Amino acid sequence: MNPETSGAGALPPVGAAAPEVPTHGPGADAVHGTRLDPWLHAYADRAHSMKASEIRALFAVANRPEVVSLAGGMPYLEGLPLDALGEMSHRVLANRGTTALQYGSAQGDETLREQILEVMALEGIEAHSDDVVVTTGSQQALDLVTRIFINPGDVVVAEAPSYVGALGVFRAHQADVVHVPLDAAGLIPAALEETLASLARAGRSVKLLYTVPNFHNPAGVTLSAERRPQILEIARRYGVLVLEDNPYGLLGFEGDPIPAMRSLDTDGVVYLGSFSKTFAPGYRIGWAVAPHAVREKLVLASESAILCPSNASQLAISAYLETCDWRGQIKAFCELYRERRDAMVGALAEHLPDASWTVPDGGFYTWVKLPAGLDSKAMLPRAVTARVAYVPGTAFYANGEGSDHMRLSFCFPSPERIREGVRRLAGVVAGESELVSLFGVSGARTHDDVQQPGPNVS
Amino acid sequence: MTAASPLPRAARTALRDPSASPRVVVLAGGMSHERDVSLRSGRRVAEALRSAGLEVSLHDVDADLLPALAQGRPDLVWPLLHGATGEDGSVRDILELVGVRYVGTGPRESRVAWSKPIGKTVAARAGLATPDFVTLPQSLFRELGAGRVLESLLARFGLPLVVKPSRGGSALGVTLVRDAADLPRAMVDAFAYGDTALVEQAVEGRELAVSVIEDADGLHALPAVEIVTDGPYDYDARYNPGRTEYFTPARLSRTEADAVSAAALAAHRALGLRHLSRTDLILDNAGVPQFLEVNVAPGMTETSLFPQAAVAGGRDLPELYRSIVMAALA
Repeated sequence: MNPETSGAGALPPVGAAAPEVPTHGPGADAVHGTRLDPWLHAYADRAHSMKASEIRALFAVANRPEVVSLAGGMPYLEGLPLDALGEMSHRVLANRGTTALQYGSAQGDETLREQILEVMALEGIEAHSDDVVVTTGSQQALDLVTRIFINPGDVVVAEAPSYVGALGVFRAHQADVVHVPLDAAGLIPAALEETLASLARAGRSVKLLYTVPNFHNPAGVTLSAERRPQILEIARRYGVLVLEDNPYGLLGFEGDPIPAMRSLDTDGVVYLGSFSKTFAPGYRIGWAVAPHAVREKLVLASESAILCPSNASQLAISAYLETCDWRGQIKAFCELYRERRDAMVGALAEHLPDASWTVPDGGFYTWVKLPAGLDSKAMLPRAVTARVAYVPGTAFYANGEGSDHMRLSFCFPSPERIREGVRRLAGVVAGESELVSLFGVSGARTHDDVQQPGPNVS
Repeated sequence: MTAASPLPRAARTALRDPSASPRVVVLAGGMSHERDVSLRSGRRVAEALRSAGLEVSLHDVDADLLPALAQGRPDLVWPLLHGATGEDGSVRDILELVGVRYVGTGPRESRVAWSKPIGKTVAARAGLATPDFVTLPQSLFRELGAGRVLESLLARFGLPLVVKPSRGGSALGVTLVRDAADLPRAMVDAFAYGDTALVEQAVEGRELAVSVIEDADGLHALPAVEIVTDGPYDYDARYNPGRTEYFTPARLSRTEADAVSAAALAAHRALGLRHLSRTDLILDNAGVPQFLEVNVAPGMTETSLFPQAAVAGGRDLPELYRSIVMAALA
């Protein structure tokens, strides 16, 4: 924080409300101007990282239909049976309106919690409905877990790269994020071991290992079945709680889901699940499964944050799970997204042969390494001019790295639009490459800020 | 001059007196890099005009716009578009084509003002001082060799210097270069926003913005706003309260205040601007206002300079915006 701002609270009021100040002449020589926010001195330290950014502003254009947005993480909802859902919502309100519109329990609707067990069983998780805490999207669960574990300066170990929305939560709670590299088989156990050992030697307090094991956001890779017990064993040995964030696990393109880490370890894992990607994000329903004592704290923390999750949303999802073929819907989504993944990687091979990328077996994203020397953040305005959007890799690092990568999502645009978007992107990359070689600059510039691109992009 | 051929109006609307309660369409959004800023400006102005009793709707620049104008037949359009077609005159050309009156500068004059090098040239011809500059297309660097061109730039201007896209706003793509090693990166960043860059000598002095309005009584300069940042007045400093300290009115002597007001009025007149504008300048250490650029659609967000200047001048924003609407309808 700028030291000059510390006295901002004492600044005189401005504008029409200001007392008589001579407009001109030496008497007008005010010591302080205005910083337009009389409460600047009052913010908590954690608020200083929350600010508007150029990147956020550029994404405003990405919502226009002219732009092919390969930036968004929005599921393709046109695939849902909206008529049936409309009738279902009507029945919920007509038959159970006084419950749906009333306060509910902080832990969440019991029937829904039992249904959530059925969903999780597909990934090998055995739990009791008492272990489940329903939250306002799994993002709230992420916030609650961070809130109950993290003191300022505590370390969260996360993959490099890592989900931007989680980095924002960790930063808001003043955690230090330490990244551990991943490869095609996910988080690298040896690298995790090395990082935890070095943090232990440094006397750091490491509280959480945050991981997205399936169809990683943004990297597109999946933690192999072989590595899962290894990662859990290392975390256990160092006394670090694993935060398993799994919104995409059921959206695999081939074979059965790999058993969740929570299925291998009930005491060392807090599991986060969500209906946002497998059904729809609009109801904002996610959940956490936690060891009993942690779960108690989560319920109390949630109660103080929101009193209770929306009953109307919970009953709607509950009715959906009870009356609709949700497994069939997930299967349909998987087929749709696989086709789009194929369009994406096919177009990348055709138009961007100098780049390299991951080929995800599920989920929404591929992680693209740009040709040498390019900076994805610096290139974004050029992309916006060319009517294509992506998320610069820097968003997914807490330490300014990642400018040599970008995240492309294939969930929302049609296959033709994806191909068109990649074609436009190839033109952008060619233009930027020419410029970079012309001026002989390196793209390895580090950016010092985590950029939160907003909910439609995360 | 605004409405070449007024839209046919139904008898009912023809009987309505637009000066009593004009119906205004605020245009905001558009396809520019400044879409977000424009949306915020548009909402602020729409809200202010509504509270001044006007009937206001907001519209984006999209395929629905022309049908909406044809059907709604507003008395006036206020283009609050920043960047690209909103400021380069194109949208204003279209408004002329369909015969709708609008707030602000005409298309040709917008086109001149929107180009920083052309705007500077016109201002200089009108007798204003402006920092020495060159305008360089990307292709020239390719043809002549980037290293040689950069060497010539440094030899001519020295350091520090400022690199900007030749067109654009909100300081996007702008770099203040203090070290020659940072010049290539600054060029790349400017070219990310367009094919032509303006490289200008950085002038030491006080950074000022002078807004000009035209109402029934004529042309007025609002009090200058002085901008003090702990770094460059970039996007971050503009839209996150805290990094920038604004002095409204600026800490100027009477002579200095008169000089910068006169410069802004001269720029407004020389460039043929209408209704409102904001001139950005530096009052150099010799007391000379150095013209940087002029904005035909100045930002109107919570942290923007034009509304700050208006408030500093004792103007009520809804009333001021209403008077601009009335001047445009007159």
